[in-house]
Amino acid sequence: MTQKEHYYPVHFLQAMTTIWQREITRYRRDRTRVVSTIVQPVMFLIVFGSGFRQTLATGLGMDFLAFMYPGTIAMTVMGVAFFSTVSTVWDREFGFLKEVLVAPIPRTAIALGKTTGAATMASVQALILLALAPVIGVELHPARIPLLILYMVMLSLSVSGLGLLVASLMKTTESFGIVIQILIFPMFFLSGAFFPLTEVPQWMEVLSNLNPLTYGVDAFRQVILRGDIPPEVAHKIFLYPLPVNGLFLLGFSTVMVLAAVIAFNKKS
Amino acid sequence: MDIIEVKELTKRFGDLLAVDHVSFTVEKGEIFGFLGPNGAGKSTTISMLATILTPSGGDAMISGFSIRRQRDAVRHSIGMVFQDPSLDNRLTAEENLRFHARLYGVPKEDYRRRMEEVLRLVDLWARKRDIVETFSGGMKRRLEIARGLIHYPDVLFLDEPTIGLDPQTRALLWDYVLKLKHDRAMTIFMTTHYMDEAEYCDRIAIMDHGKIVALDTPANLKRQLGGDIIRIESSQKDALQKELEHKLDTPIRQEGNALQFEVADGAKFLPRLLQEVQTRVEAVELRKPTLDDVFLSLTGRNIRKEEAPDQGQGPARGRP
Repeated sequence: MTQKEHYYPVHFLQAMTTIWQREITRYRRDRTRVVSTIVQPVMFLIVFGSGFRQTLATGLGMDFLAFMYPGTIAMTVMGVAFFSTVSTVWDREFGFLKEVLVAPIPRTAIALGKTTGAATMASVQALILLALAPVIGVELHPARIPLLILYMVMLSLSVSGLGLLVASLMKTTESFGIVIQILIFPMFFLSGAFFPLTEVPQWMEVLSNLNPLTYGVDAFRQVILRGDIPPEVAHKIFLYPLPVNGLFLLGFSTVMVLAAVIAFNKKS
Repeated sequence: MDIIEVKELTKRFGDLLAVDHVSFTVEKGEIFGFLGPNGAGKSTTISMLATILTPSGGDAMISGFSIRRQRDAVRHSIGMVFQDPSLDNRLTAEENLRFHARLYGVPKEDYRRRMEEVLRLVDLWARKRDIVETFSGGMKRRLEIARGLIHYPDVLFLDEPTIGLDPQTRALLWDYVLKLKHDRAMTIFMTTHYMDEAEYCDRIAIMDHGKIVALDTPANLKRQLGGDIIRIESSQKDALQKELEHKLDTPIRQEGNALQFEVADGAKFLPRLLQEVQTRVEAVELRKPTLDDVFLSLTGRNIRKEEAPDQGQGPARGRP
């Protein structure tokens, strides 16, 4: 039998960017989502900025808003990254997933395209939040921004990976929404965004050690605040060395994407 | 040349043998139809050929590639139109095609030309910038066919392509499929449970309970029935059946309140029969056989009565 003359192997990267690009195109076309990307961070900042500063007295030895600000970024990233991975469940519901799954491309390229798509949108929203920092009186040294973006991307990838794993196990948007709701609150409260994790009960510490948001919040906080707060306060609120945060986030993303690929293969 | 060779293909779902050691070949350039009621194993077979399902046993070669061992090569060699819609409704027609072309490695320099070619083929060129959400059911189907062709597959698989479409749209879709065959010598493998659509096929395989019960051209299959179909209505059909069975040596089936059987030359046979017959007869019908009759005589069941999903044994009515 003769070899087909028009049989082109598809490069991994091309498959991945094709999947990624579709996520972005769909996002740009959805006005509600674009508007909410901008409105949501502004809302957060107004609520956290004016509300909490007046009502919460802290024994932290620093401005509570400055303490909260990194957590706000992390929370935004988490929300958008999770919500964006719902597209995989939609694809399953509307039949498009079949078109993707029978294409002659590796499943890992599909999972990575989806994850980076969600992570891109989460990072964009985090960037908007970053740009708003001066408005609420948080000072950002321009030299620290590249490092901050790097950690934002890594946190986005981690949460998107987790979202994709959930999405690959769920058949309907409803069940996906429920699981994500169940995950979001404990993840947020156990992340150290609201209170320092240096003096919490053991069980809480174990759980927060598994929580990617913990490492994201810690990294954001260190990049934004280091040098601006007294060392004894820093000692009280910083958890890990920065590279440890980065390694955890990368490792977490990898495990999640691989698990999602396995889940996909099992399901179809 | 055989473009599809299927050998002993089998699929088990737990205790259910959905596809039972099926073997057949499809020639290059023909329209090959898989016909049978829902649950007969048609979609399971097409899913295995398209490498969506892994066979429990047996193998098949498409363009010389094994569906078990060379999945990616098989996927490049086929175009697939699924039973249920599989377009991205939020993208434009052209964006859906571009997505597909890139996943199938269509060279960038060929893409524009091919995109125009396949969209013109299904008369959607003018709508290429429109969001798919605004398309009718028939247009979506046509776009799916265009998408299945853009990577120049050797075989186009259509799984129940006209399901859920109105008769006019169905006929129009068939015009496109026949055009594909005539203009491009495209090999088309399709499943259907519409008997009238099976008539368009060069050859059809009739499937029932996971097995192929007949495989031939529609004309030959009908010829096998032996000429004409006679249908006799009678209020005393049991008595009539007894009498006819005594006189004729052809199997006689009960069909509702009527009896039905095949004879070689119905026009000459019928007047003689009516002179001789003692039991009361209310109405008589003489007609050429259809694929419905072929199915009925092979399985003892009427395909139209099996519309509802039926995984188990159908009622084996009237089979002697």
